[in-house]
Amino acid sequence: MFQAILFYAFSGLLLAAALGVIFSRNPVHAIMFLVAAFFQSAVLWLLAEAEFLAIILVLVYVGAVMVLFLFVVMMLDINIEEARGGLSKYAPLGLIIAALMIVELIQVIRFRSDGEVLQGFAVTPENYSNTEALGAVLYTEHVYAFEIASVILLLAIVAAITLTMRKRPGLKAQNISEQVAVDPKDRMRIIKMKSES
Amino acid sequence: MNINVLIPSIVTNQWNLLPLYLQNLVIITTQILAVTICVILTVAFTTYFERKVIGYMQGRIGPNRVGIKGLGQPFADVIKLLIKEVVIPSRSNRYLFIIAPLLSLIPALATWAVIPLTDGFVIADINAGLLYVLALTSVGVYGVLLAGWATNSKYAFLGAMRCAAQIVAYEIAMGFALVGVLMASGSLNLGDIIASQSGGFSQWFIVPLFPLFMVYFISGVAETNRAPFDVAEGESEIVAGFHVEYSGVAFAVFFLAEYANIILIAALTSIFFLAGWSSPFEGWSFLGEGSFLREPSFFWLAVKICFFIFVFFWIRATFPRYRYDQIMRLGWKIFIPVTIVWIAVEGVMVWMKVGPWSI
Repeated sequence: MFQAILFYAFSGLLLAAALGVIFSRNPVHAIMFLVAAFFQSAVLWLLAEAEFLAIILVLVYVGAVMVLFLFVVMMLDINIEEARGGLSKYAPLGLIIAALMIVELIQVIRFRSDGEVLQGFAVTPENYSNTEALGAVLYTEHVYAFEIASVILLLAIVAAITLTMRKRPGLKAQNISEQVAVDPKDRMRIIKMKSES
Repeated sequence: MNINVLIPSIVTNQWNLLPLYLQNLVIITTQILAVTICVILTVAFTTYFERKVIGYMQGRIGPNRVGIKGLGQPFADVIKLLIKEVVIPSRSNRYLFIIAPLLSLIPALATWAVIPLTDGFVIADINAGLLYVLALTSVGVYGVLLAGWATNSKYAFLGAMRCAAQIVAYEIAMGFALVGVLMASGSLNLGDIIASQSGGFSQWFIVPLFPLFMVYFISGVAETNRAPFDVAEGESEIVAGFHVEYSGVAFAVFFLAEYANIILIAALTSIFFLAGWSSPFEGWSFLGEGSFLREPSFFWLAVKICFFIFVFFWIRATFPRYRYDQIMRLGWKIFIPVTIVWIAVEGVMVWMKVGPWSI
């Protein structure tokens, strides 16, 4: 009962935030609504005792992806009136995509539930840890897929950093290790001079 | 001593009549309030501590006018900030301008929910505590970003841009450093991480994971925008960075968030690498049986937190500010390779069964 109240409250907030993303005139406001929507869906996952997924959602989407979004949107000086003119032009396409997704979701839910109507979230056993359950599956059944994906991602990080390490001829940049290793003996000459009367 | 003796029976009877969820609600709310108020009071005295430490390092005395030895100074500052006018720039974005300080304060305080303060006391003992800490510290950047943008000032905007790029860069190194802690302890729960370091300071993770400890703490300094990484404020270049137009209470909230973050990073470093509330002298027999110094208690956590807060101020008083490209170079090209190499070394050590961990 109490769970149901929480579920509907947070679902309502999620829907309101999602509508805010679409209808707010200011792109920065839209992004903040999207952040709120991510938080609400994380709460819904917490209600289903999937705490790992919930926290990862906040960590990856709110903490990294949306920060970069915000970064880019703030840099662009978007003309709001001009951007709004496209709404009627793109509305039919958007409605078709939304209808397709709704049909797909209904199909998936009917296929998964096998016709019977589910009441609330599946009951988890005592001492159930979502993180451990995920780890047990990831590192046994799907270990190859998981390791290959992580190596590819690591490679992407290393490659991106390596790209910034190129040396262009004629570029004036300081070499920090060279600067730190400077010895006064190499640069200075101390000369004894007779004092001039 | 039984605490029930002190409470009149009519109160306990009324308490037992309450439904269970109401009892829980009251207990949890009291715990949250207690921890929050303690953090805020610590922030107040941390500002005093900072001014004193930097004062003595520069051959000055520091605040000594309000109260005994200047101990009333933080409260005088708070009252001054509270009665000042909050100025909202006319071309700014009002809502975001007001929300921004709150967005930076809330994550800084909410993270304290999973911090184990003593051997039995933690508000929320969740399984994925370490991930929760990472997630909430990464949310704190919104406050700074929105403040810089909503102010509608070039200085503030530059500060926000610098801050966002810096926090995103150092978060990766921080996360990688915590992967090392995770491998060594075999748990995401902060209480279990402390428990796996029990047995005196030779068992602490600072010994096998020293490079990761350095990376974590320096990244922590960078994440909280403290000197020498305080380019988001950069007084000499962009006035005061993202909070240039903030005044009164709104500025005080930013200030509170910054110092709450400092205390948080100090607490997290002591939990991940110095075993939190454990005593360093566990198993030292010559201290005497049942000695206070050998018992794990809140005292040890407080000592470690105070030490790291002191290191924050020590660093601030010692180093000049980094140039921005050097900050980026340190984060991406030095810290990330160091952590990746050390994680690989640790993996080999776990595989060869060398070291303190026994997985």
